[in-house]
Amino acid sequence: MNFDFSEDQKFLAGEARKFLEAESAIPVVREVLNDDSKDYSEALWKKIVEMGWLGTAIPEEQGGLGLGMLEMCVLAEEMGRVLAPVPFSSTAYYLTEAVKLAGSDEQKNDILPRIVAGEIIGCYAASEGPGHPDPASLKTTFDGSTVSGTKIPVADGGIATHALVLAKEGAGASLVLVDLSGAGVTRKSLSTLDPTRGHAELTFDKTPGVRLGKAGEGAALNEQLMDKVAILLAFEQLGGASRALEMAKAYSLERYAFGRPIAGNQAIKHKLAEMYVKNEVARSNCFYGAWALSTDAPEMPEAAAAARVAASEAFWFASKENIQTHGGMGFTWEVDCHLYYRRAKLLAVQAGGPKVWKEKLVRALEQKNAA
Amino acid sequence: MDFNDTPEEAAFRAEARAFLEKHLQPKGSAPVSRDRANMLQKAKDWQKTKAENKFAQITWPKEWGGRGGTAMQSVIWGQEESKFDAPTGPFAIGLGMCIPTVIAFGSDEHKQRYVQKALMGEEIWCQLFSEPSAGSDVAGLKTRAVKDGDEWVINGQKVWTSGAHYSDYGILLVRTDPKVPKHKGLTMFIVNMKQPGVEVRPIHQASGGREFNEVYFTDVRIPDKDRLGDVGAGWKVALVTLMNERLAVGGSPGPDWGEIMAYARQQGTMSDQAFREKLADWYVAAQGYKLTKFRTQTALSRGQTPGPENSIGKIITANHLQDICNSAIEMQDHYGIINEQDRMPADAIFQQSFMWAPGLRIAGGTDEILKNIIAERVLGLPQDVRVDKDLPFDQMKSG
Repeated sequence: MNFDFSEDQKFLAGEARKFLEAESAIPVVREVLNDDSKDYSEALWKKIVEMGWLGTAIPEEQGGLGLGMLEMCVLAEEMGRVLAPVPFSSTAYYLTEAVKLAGSDEQKNDILPRIVAGEIIGCYAASEGPGHPDPASLKTTFDGSTVSGTKIPVADGGIATHALVLAKEGAGASLVLVDLSGAGVTRKSLSTLDPTRGHAELTFDKTPGVRLGKAGEGAALNEQLMDKVAILLAFEQLGGASRALEMAKAYSLERYAFGRPIAGNQAIKHKLAEMYVKNEVARSNCFYGAWALSTDAPEMPEAAAAARVAASEAFWFASKENIQTHGGMGFTWEVDCHLYYRRAKLLAVQAGGPKVWKEKLVRALEQKNAA
Repeated sequence: MDFNDTPEEAAFRAEARAFLEKHLQPKGSAPVSRDRANMLQKAKDWQKTKAENKFAQITWPKEWGGRGGTAMQSVIWGQEESKFDAPTGPFAIGLGMCIPTVIAFGSDEHKQRYVQKALMGEEIWCQLFSEPSAGSDVAGLKTRAVKDGDEWVINGQKVWTSGAHYSDYGILLVRTDPKVPKHKGLTMFIVNMKQPGVEVRPIHQASGGREFNEVYFTDVRIPDKDRLGDVGAGWKVALVTLMNERLAVGGSPGPDWGEIMAYARQQGTMSDQAFREKLADWYVAAQGYKLTKFRTQTALSRGQTPGPENSIGKIITANHLQDICNSAIEMQDHYGIINEQDRMPADAIFQQSFMWAPGLRIAGGTDEILKNIIAERVLGLPQDVRVDKDLPFDQMKSG
């Protein structure tokens, strides 16, 4: 039995934590939070590029480090802990994995080295309105060479150089790579629940784009891409949930009421114990997702869904009960609890909310046990 | 990251499986026997066979008849044995908790007299700690031991004693000094369960069954030489007993997501959206527990001490079981109230486990105590206020 990260991967996690706690401290997150004109921390992003993290799971022939998805999972958890205000998921999960999954050799050789070099920031443009984007009823179209339509909200849409657009093509859907410096692109900044991560509305008017994969394969590719992204996002959620529990613990030990630390009250102790249970359930399911991701296992659909469902629940619970544990202080702008509460919700609905993933999970179980 | 055995582990697993296949039937291959007397003899026979072949008590040193194996081998053995109809129940507490306490605190004479016989399945042990007014707060127990020459005279009552009716010996925690605070006045003894003054009465459980017992002690005499540890050190001895609770390796204690999903498909109720969402939650919880055990095993396999993550186990499984059974019964609607094996889907397993689940949430540490344990020992939060901590036991309020 070897169901844990290796010593090398744990070392990477430790180094990443040291780096991020120094470079992506809360003041950096708050710079983005408090400045409407800022979509991300450019300084932090540059350092992350310099560290080579964007190439973690990109092969060496395309300029990457040629490590694997387990290393990506480790980094994702650390990014989640500190709420890193950078387009890491948009670029290193969505765009990178889409190109690796469906890009031609030419596309891979073009895009991936530029991602590693920090020349490309990605974004994933699927949603067009309320409800989960359904590849069968998209309004945005791709005619083989150009994209037209509106996508909202698009995380990092304001700063991205390239968009991965889910668009209708003929009777099916396609994943289209769009260079956002092309013609007919309009970006409008959006105000969201989590201002530490920039969002925009993107409108395309006959904007040139190239398909990833074959025409009409988009729905299936998108599904595979979402499984991969879901596992990485689950690790970010796990990192956030772990940090929220640590915050609640630290505060409850230092806050005195009725003559002693509030951490001595069973109502608080049991609340924190429940957080711990949910976090461990999430961690174990995330590990399984990491294993499926790194081995491209046939169990990927249920592994991804279970990791996603468990981690969404854990981060939601930990972030809301962290505020509750902090009492009135937790409801102030200056105390960091709300930053985790905001991020928990962003990560829970981005790439599909718990309802969507629960349904995917049950469908996967039905298929597996079909007989 | 993988789920494979190391070559050494695989070799041990193959050896264990070959031995099991030679002696037992795989689970589910034959109907479960309800013949209790026969069951006990079968359990004794199986224990003897295991002991003779060094598969009993894998981690015990060879000098006590164990295998001298690793914790990982013990886990592997448990995994493999649980796939067979192995009658292990009567020995779990004795060999898992009582005998390790005897080995830790008993005299050489005790060890010579008891360890081998227990290991060979010749004698069965029970653990006598809980009392009617001392459950979660077991140190508040009242059963008295009064010294009389070289003997102690025991009077009082124990409760929830598994297997007392077929046990030969027990380890008994009693109060020897009520004038000192509760933890300081306890002493542990070995007690012969077959002697005069020991009366075992089955408890009629809320579930209808009678698996547990009350044990009454009336002027029971125990020689001072059968004391485990010093007079007044009983609490320290009891903590060693409780620490020896086996690493949980078994599966779920009743129907799980797979069973209720199979049932829903059979009933044609898989299209119910609320049910589908619950099913997803159950799967995630069950996987969470199963995979957490894999993490623990990984630590053992690497020769490391497992982290505290395994402490989440029973909180998850007990509540999970109760919720699944409740939903299955509600899915059966009017019909769900029937509790007859031959009329009900899945042999009424949902009904049976529905009535068992409340007990599971209490036995071996209530949900509340387990959350306290996580809060205090894992997260390092302060202990509850204990108003009786420094108070002599005889001045404590109880009820």
